[in-house]
Amino acid sequence: MRALLAHRLAAPVAIALIVVALAFVLPSNFYLRVAALVWISALAVIGLNLLMGFAGQVSLGHAGFFGLGAYAVAVLPAQFSLHPLLALLAGALVCGLIAFVVGRPILRLKGHYLAVATLGFGILIAMAIANESWLTGGPDGMPVSRLTLFGWRVRGASTWYWITGALLVLGAWLAVNLVASPTGRALRALHDSEVAARVAGVDVAHYKLIVFVISAVYASVAGSALALVNGFVTPDSANFIHSIELVTMVVLGGMGSVFGSLVGAAILVVLPQVLTTFHDYEHLLLGLMMMVIMIVLRSGIVPSLAALIRRTRP
Amino acid sequence: MSILKVEEIGIAFGGVKAVDNVSFSVEAGTVFSIIGPNGAGKTTLFNLVSGVYRPRRGRVILQGEDVTGLEPNRLARCGLSRTFQNLQVFFRMTALENVMVGRHLKERRGLLAHLLALPSTARQNRESAEIARQLLERVGLAEYAETPASAMPYGALKRLEIARALAAEPQVLLLDEPAAGCNPVETEEIETLIRRIADEGMTVVLVEHDMKLVMRISDRVHVLEQGQTLTEGRADEVRANPKVIEAYLGTHGTREASLALG
Repeated sequence: MRALLAHRLAAPVAIALIVVALAFVLPSNFYLRVAALVWISALAVIGLNLLMGFAGQVSLGHAGFFGLGAYAVAVLPAQFSLHPLLALLAGALVCGLIAFVVGRPILRLKGHYLAVATLGFGILIAMAIANESWLTGGPDGMPVSRLTLFGWRVRGASTWYWITGALLVLGAWLAVNLVASPTGRALRALHDSEVAARVAGVDVAHYKLIVFVISAVYASVAGSALALVNGFVTPDSANFIHSIELVTMVVLGGMGSVFGSLVGAAILVVLPQVLTTFHDYEHLLLGLMMMVIMIVLRSGIVPSLAALIRRTRP
Repeated sequence: MSILKVEEIGIAFGGVKAVDNVSFSVEAGTVFSIIGPNGAGKTTLFNLVSGVYRPRRGRVILQGEDVTGLEPNRLARCGLSRTFQNLQVFFRMTALENVMVGRHLKERRGLLAHLLALPSTARQNRESAEIARQLLERVGLAEYAETPASAMPYGALKRLEIARALAAEPQVLLLDEPAAGCNPVETEEIETLIRRIADEGMTVVLVEHDMKLVMRISDRVHVLEQGQTLTEGRADEVRANPKVIEAYLGTHGTREASLALG
């Protein structure tokens, strides 16, 4: 059992099983829709977790990439009649390039300084999206044309459930592959000791840049997926609060845990829906629960519970 | 042949000359020790040679090439590796993974192959793990292979750093106080290890406080005091040098010093 849990593919397989199993359990389209939102958030969170949890570099501006991805599938088909899938790829490419260019100077910074720099970057993107109304519809947002694949119009909660679920499993698979590779070892090494990693030959600046670009692409693809599912985009997808939400999901689920990324995303997407029954106390309860979780399970939900299981069952 | 040469190197921090005008030359395949009282600038000198600090003046020549001010990862390519006095271990990784990081430069690093877990990546991982396992065995840590470094005892972590440095197959290995904080048994193990490394032809540069260890193991000893060279010579010459004894214990401690160094 323990060997099974420690296997490289444990997280993507578990996620795939959950996606399949939930499809049979969830009673209505509403639930399928919420689940699809969870898969999309989890995808972005896995990318951010590669940056934060594995390489130890914070980003408070990741919603910027998310928003760019979302607007790519809104703007490019509308303005240049590009196919939405190509628009998704173009968005990912652009985000990768921006991350590459911005990452070089920004990633020299450490800790709080890096946090503030990425924060500024995220705000910049959000403001650009909100202000360029001729292109983006401004604060009101804009509609996204429906995705058509080989003449088949993609629609319906169930269809999107499966598409986003598959995207998530793919993202989880790529992430665990990366972590278990020489690149992943270099990233984890520079997290623990930059100087020792450098002495071992790791080009620290280069590897930080690689993981920043990868995490930006994850966020962009997730943003595109959300826009396609919703059929509408607003500047909210790129704003600062969303960046903070993504970081909270990483920390809550567990830094450096791919499965934890799903757990963190699920909690922050589903819990507010559940807590709406408490009306006025919704946010109070949400905040309180997050605080309690972090105090009790201080390395995040999944790593803390895993450690607990290891201790109790030798 | 001199494999590592340091010429008139110096650095100052806030006006204080931490290392000032130090020169030495290390012959290939020998053990070269740098000693000196606390605060003499030994670790600073190491940081200058290994690229952690950029020297304000002077040159570092490694295998005939000027490598002054090169980043540590570039120096690693040139065949220089080191350990740290204050442990620089990857605590969130297992002992085996720590040593595997040491193989970094020998590994194939195709990002796409890594993301897609192509068979070449699996092969690479197996190969690195295999070599890392042998190195753990060599430093006597085979039993810790799958243990997270955070759960390992101090003495073991010291040897783990050596194993990681060896994984890079360097020509020159800098060891910064490998026996600091170790008990006598551990110190002896480390001594045996260093001797074996040197016997295999690797050049070892050592900073160490344990004088008995230094005197037993070193081909040459370089003595620093207040950032400057005090003297250099064979171990027995240095041991007998009154200036060295004075630097360590002051003029009144000569007899005690000769006993201690004896």
